[in-house]
Amino acid sequence: MGKAIVITSGKGGVGKTTATANIGTGLAVLGNKVVVVDTDIGLRNLDVVMGLENRIVYDIVDVVEKTCRLKQGLIRDKRYEGLFLLPAAQTKDKTAIKPEQMLELVNQLKEEFDYIIIDSPAGIEQGFQNSIAGADEAYIVTTPEIAAVRDADRVIGLLEANGINSPKLIINRIRQDMVKRGDMMNVEDIVDILAIELLGIVPDDEAIVISTNKGEPVVAEDNPLSAKAFKNICRRILGEEVDLLNLENDEGKFSKLIKLLFSK
Amino acid sequence: MDFFKMFGKDNKQSKDVAKERLKLVLVHDRSDLSPKFLEMIEGDIIRVIKEYAEIDEEGLDIKLTRMKRETDNMPMSALVANIPIVKIKDNIE
Repeated sequence: MGKAIVITSGKGGVGKTTATANIGTGLAVLGNKVVVVDTDIGLRNLDVVMGLENRIVYDIVDVVEKTCRLKQGLIRDKRYEGLFLLPAAQTKDKTAIKPEQMLELVNQLKEEFDYIIIDSPAGIEQGFQNSIAGADEAYIVTTPEIAAVRDADRVIGLLEANGINSPKLIINRIRQDMVKRGDMMNVEDIVDILAIELLGIVPDDEAIVISTNKGEPVVAEDNPLSAKAFKNICRRILGEEVDLLNLENDEGKFSKLIKLLFSK
Repeated sequence: MDFFKMFGKDNKQSKDVAKERLKLVLVHDRSDLSPKFLEMIEGDIIRVIKEYAEIDEEGLDIKLTRMKRETDNMPMSALVANIPIVKIKDNIE
């Protein structure tokens, strides 16, 4: 019996979909059978972030309405053994699925897969309610900004009200240079305010933009710091104890300049 | 850059400003779910404590907050009451 995890945030644009794609891919690379589910009906995006947009035939609404069988709705990612995508519908709206149907779907998926990673839409309306309907656990994605942390706090309260206790936190897009200057809240500040367990931290990294451009989750790469960050998160999900990523690799301008001067 | 900062009147780091503003807004977010509920609790608590002590009703402050449980670090909602006691009654049987 697999485990269903919803990735949510309240606020949009903090990196839910990127986190879903990377956690899903990362867990598959580590040998698990994984399905990533896009519940953002009408604003489907997980397919392009995963680079699977050309392979869609059916979607989650087709599966729920039984227009197709579950197996037909799942898209197999040929690059990674054991990784599948269930895409959202693009031409319908959030009310096309009810929470009860979502629960049934997730329970079905739990029989087939080790991990069901559910990408939640922004907001706290029906789309959100659908996304959490079958979830055993929740991961909250936030960024070191007031608005994102505030919304995260709201969502934590809503999850608890819906019986999903002890959500875990992913702090995304940390800029270590700004943290050092005292111009960005640090990890400790945010954990202190939200008072939930920290699952991982992810630096603001150009490599994510580049990998998203190509439709290849960054976690599959070796070098980028963000790839290491997502790998660590996946290992923690699997129960391993992993130290928090050191974001200090980020060198100062001066040492970069020195390096540049002597690199020829 | 630090050279200019030295002359700035306000040398508070912007992240501290963010943290303070955030904390304040969350106190409202977390408690505005039911101000009436809090008011009712407040009234009842005053009534009960008054039997044992004289309290400063003006200085009384009750709010809903989230904190970590000391025993196992689990996050939980907590009702935090700050009740200034003026004098404990000594005629309690």
